[in-house]
Amino acid sequence: MSQLTDLTIVQARDGLRAKDFTAEDLTLAHLSAIEALNPRLNAFITVSHSQALDQARAADKALAAGEQLALTGIPLAIKDLFCTAGVRTTAGSKILEPFVPPYESSVTANLLRDGAVFLGKANLDEFAMGSSNMTSAYGPVENPWKRRQDANAVLVPGGSSGGSAAAVAARLAMGATGTDTGGSIRQPASFCGLVGVKPSYGRCSRWGVVAFASSLDHPGPFARTVRDGAILLGSMAGHDPKDSTSADVPVPDYEAACARGVKGLRIGVPAEYRSDDMPGEIEALWRQGLDWLRAAGAEIVDVSLPHTKYGLATYYIVAPAEASSNLARYDGVRFGSRRDGEDLRDLYERTRAEGFGPEVRRRIMIGTYVLSAGYYDAYYLRAQKIRALILKDFTDVFAHVDALLTPTAPSAAFAQGENMDDPIKMYLNDVFTVPANLAGVPAISVPAGLDANGLPLGLQVIGKVFDEETVFAVAAEVERAAGFTALPSIRAGG
Amino acid sequence: MSLDPATIRRIASLARIRVEEHEVETLQTELNSILGWIEQLNEVNVDGVEPLTGGARMAMKMRDDVVTDGGYPEKVLANAPDRNGDFFAVPKVVE
Repeated sequence: MSQLTDLTIVQARDGLRAKDFTAEDLTLAHLSAIEALNPRLNAFITVSHSQALDQARAADKALAAGEQLALTGIPLAIKDLFCTAGVRTTAGSKILEPFVPPYESSVTANLLRDGAVFLGKANLDEFAMGSSNMTSAYGPVENPWKRRQDANAVLVPGGSSGGSAAAVAARLAMGATGTDTGGSIRQPASFCGLVGVKPSYGRCSRWGVVAFASSLDHPGPFARTVRDGAILLGSMAGHDPKDSTSADVPVPDYEAACARGVKGLRIGVPAEYRSDDMPGEIEALWRQGLDWLRAAGAEIVDVSLPHTKYGLATYYIVAPAEASSNLARYDGVRFGSRRDGEDLRDLYERTRAEGFGPEVRRRIMIGTYVLSAGYYDAYYLRAQKIRALILKDFTDVFAHVDALLTPTAPSAAFAQGENMDDPIKMYLNDVFTVPANLAGVPAISVPAGLDANGLPLGLQVIGKVFDEETVFAVAAEVERAAGFTALPSIRAGG
Repeated sequence: MSLDPATIRRIASLARIRVEEHEVETLQTELNSILGWIEQLNEVNVDGVEPLTGGARMAMKMRDDVVTDGGYPEKVLANAPDRNGDFFAVPKVVE
């Protein structure tokens, strides 16, 4: 039998049911992989060793009693943006260094309800603001993949959910939670050769998830297969009265949807996602993906999303505006770190200057400016109108097609230190992922091939709002056709 | 539109973030570069377009206006940097 850390969630579920191994065995295998590799990868900020073992033993008891739920005994990594009762939650920021939530986020409560085991809290860009995991106050994360030609270069795992992606890729966890505000699940999934799912807005509750930009934040899973991603989303999703934007719609059987096939589906190819500076191998992989879908019986249709090019600039008004408001709560009074000052105002200003890193401070200031008197209409209101036009682009094309296929990111993983000289260069990483956040439509990144350096590249499937099932069906077909079997150089037992 | 040093200081003050004098110039360069890049949105015709506030496309639910939670000051205060009895404590505000 292969190593326990190499199993998919589906295989582990079957193995637990057949009593080939126990949940404790499975958790111990992952905890020792973390012990061996986390000092190098820095994928976890906190490892909850004893809690994980307690949860695994409880899973074994349930299994012995014949009770197996969707995730009984499955060890997961939780992005350190989800509040976990009694386990420190930092959001990758110094300002939350001492914060231990007394409550559990709804999404993680759903996973626990279904029997999951939490290995610990995964590293991330500070407050999920970044595309490289370089802005974390707890240090960068190393991508377990290496360039063939330049094996010494330390690559980024992408971001903001970089620790979640590195943990799943290196076999330190069987799956992970992430959050995607502008691409923070899909871009790291693409960089680390994983499946990353951003569901429709409202599909997963945001309650108990540290807020970045409330109208754009989407919790979702990372997994090594599309089917595993479907199982995880099925557990995480569902209506939550504690989140007023949570959708009160039934959660379909996503795992079943993976087997639907794409025969007869109309797949759109948006012209605006093509650009002259797109690397040739990404364009080639995109064409290959369309050929795979055509061969499986789908019809490929050219479509236009005319406002695509304005997505990023719109995002960089809307997201900082919401962030400046959401992050006002970190004032050193009720929770988090405090830096004393001469008076209350000085306490606020010193606490926030010291507690927030440069990228977070920059975004709070941009957000404060675009919302300030005299500039609100010129920036924020205009951005909200363009956001409406971007949504209309999607609504218009989805009257004619069932899903869209695009590249996930404009490049493979880059090295630590690259793209750091200019904030806008880093922002451009999200050019293909941001529109789905602005429109609230579901999207998946699925590993489809390798670049000349042996690094993974993902393709993105975008679907209609609340039609994750079609997105899973298309992603599963891309996965089947791609037959992606490459492995990262740094991994448990590797 | 270009931000001058006085505007940078004003934004920092509105955001309650202390900015040292030597940081103003760097922030000015960075924020102006981001705002300059955002200017591209001015070329979009938005006449008659209704602003979109969010991704949720359903009516907000109503609920009864009743207390459903609370009554545990210890839990609420457990993360407080400073407390005085059942209260959060801050430096003296009123002389």
